[in-house]
Amino acid sequence: MSSEVISSGHSACAGCGEIMGERMVLEAIGKDVIVCQATGCMEVTTTPYPKTTFKVPWVHVTFENAASVASGVVEADRKLGGDATVLAIGGDGGMMDIGFRALSGALERGHDILVVITDNEAYMNTGIQRSSGTPKYASTTTTPAGKVIPGKLQWKKNIARIAVAHGAPYVATASVGFPQDLAAKVKKAKSIRGPKLIHLFTPCPVGWGFDSSKTVYYAKKAVETGLWPLYEVEHGKLKIDQKPSFAPVEEYFKGQKRYKHLTPELIAEIEKHVKDRWAELEKQEAAGINLQLLP
Amino acid sequence: MVKKIEEGSHAVADVVRLLNPGVLAMYPITPSTHIPERLSEFEANGELGGKIIRVESEFSAISAVVGASARGIRAYTATSSQGLALMHEVLFAASGMRLPIVITVANRALSAPLNIFNDWQDSISERDSGWLQFYGEDSQEVVDLMIQAYKIAEDKRVLLPTMVCMDGFFLTHTYDVIDVPEDLKGFVPDYKPEHAFLDPKKPMTQGAWAMQEPYFKLRKELEEAQRSIFPVIKEVHDDFAKVFGRSYGDGLIEVYGEGDNAVVTMGSFSTNLKVLADKLGFQVIRIRCYRPFPDKELAAALKGKESVAVFEKDVSYGTGHGAVYNDVRTVYNGKMVNFIVGLGGLDVPVSALEKMYKQVPEMKDAETRWQI
Repeated sequence: MSSEVISSGHSACAGCGEIMGERMVLEAIGKDVIVCQATGCMEVTTTPYPKTTFKVPWVHVTFENAASVASGVVEADRKLGGDATVLAIGGDGGMMDIGFRALSGALERGHDILVVITDNEAYMNTGIQRSSGTPKYASTTTTPAGKVIPGKLQWKKNIARIAVAHGAPYVATASVGFPQDLAAKVKKAKSIRGPKLIHLFTPCPVGWGFDSSKTVYYAKKAVETGLWPLYEVEHGKLKIDQKPSFAPVEEYFKGQKRYKHLTPELIAEIEKHVKDRWAELEKQEAAGINLQLLP
Repeated sequence: MVKKIEEGSHAVADVVRLLNPGVLAMYPITPSTHIPERLSEFEANGELGGKIIRVESEFSAISAVVGASARGIRAYTATSSQGLALMHEVLFAASGMRLPIVITVANRALSAPLNIFNDWQDSISERDSGWLQFYGEDSQEVVDLMIQAYKIAEDKRVLLPTMVCMDGFFLTHTYDVIDVPEDLKGFVPDYKPEHAFLDPKKPMTQGAWAMQEPYFKLRKELEEAQRSIFPVIKEVHDDFAKVFGRSYGDGLIEVYGEGDNAVVTMGSFSTNLKVLADKLGFQVIRIRCYRPFPDKELAAALKGKESVAVFEKDVSYGTGHGAVYNDVRTVYNGKMVNFIVGLGGLDVPVSALEKMYKQVPEMKDAETRWQI
């Protein structure tokens, strides 16, 4: 799909949620942008030398430094009299694991940057290995569901809350299943000075094992079941954007190969976790407390 | 011209302020730390043109500097040892992206065991990163190299990142009479890149990936660029001499004294070897530009020597020699021996050098001896 910011002809897979997310984010920002991309699918499918998908300035350096590169880009841009939106964008591996130190440093220093984490819940570019973004009990190539171990054994890292704890003035979650919500959040982020972070849910047909026509279906279903809450935290105040219908989580797991080993007991554990998380979210929203001041 | 008694690190900070990088990234590591401290004082007093980013690691220091340079502004950082090692991955990206960053390396030993003192193992280990490398003999030369380095790196015929190396503590923490120019007299023009910038008005993709054939060609181009710039280095050195009145050999190597036998070395303890040369009558050939490697100049300087002894503070592990010896071997076929000295900051006084040098006649070709 061609647009003002991305041209057609990239080699992302059919149904790739990540390229959808990257396009939606860039379309919402507009052309006055500088993109600092972490290594990953969004780099290898878009810029095979000497070609490029991007119609906006774009730079890639390494896997783990998109936020640090953005720190240098934005300070140089301001020195040169520019006022571009400097976007640091990378996947769950590039931002939540190997690039976590760089991300933390950039958020703490308070650069005027927008960080977008396109989270497809594993290292897809290298062949579906576990990351800290991989959800509990998902089967990956390094946490294969076997006779004894049912996939990954840890819950997903809560990167949005970690960003809030850094004092970032704007943190939001979003899903490519809700493009208008995402665009509104990107535009709001753009209007705020300082570090902003959007944790964006981007399903991966290849890595999760579902039909490539179902990307938007799963991007919506994760929200409707309560597994992927849509919320914003502006200057520490939490606002839930969409109250889910709390459809059974099985509806979301069904049709994804990474979850086909789930037993009723494991599903019940996840269901309880969803309920507990939502109870906490709603409590915090109702209390109106400043999450940045929490010890 | 005002000569001041100044610490080496502070003189470097003075000249960096004059060179006016738009972005400076800083992370503390001994013995480079006095440079960012002094630059921070300049900033606090409103005397620094650029913006300092106090990053959370050297990895981010070099990454931020790469980002700033890719945006199209002059950028600077300083580091040592583990910090340079942590930058390793990004060093290769910076040279591949042809970004003319200049960094000061305050040379220090690498772990393990942990050791904060001087040797060259940190920058020597990055000799194949595609960066230019210069080694200064004293703080005055390091100051002069900083000025020349930006002019060389940003030259359209070059466009390569550059390390200016100074021995940790021996230069960074010692006071010397140093002439830091009060202004650069237009010697280093503003950096206005035509090849690499990130401007929304003129979109550009930087840092693409490449398949086998274009990758191969681009890496070959990087080596061809390194090998083609000797005239630029000499030209900048000679022009600098005209404007500022100081010169260092031909800009690539410096030949000191005369003799049928030669010592090849780099860095600050060259001074000790020169003192010894005055007494024993050998010639000192000091490598100032280590990358690109000035093979033709060295071959000419070493031609017809009865023996060559290479003194160095690094090891190319598993080869039986230091890296400098191995490089010099490629241009000299006569009797050549190697002394590994000063690792982990071990003092290398003239007396120790004399004891070692007097062993040369009894040594076999290609033999390596260690200071202790």
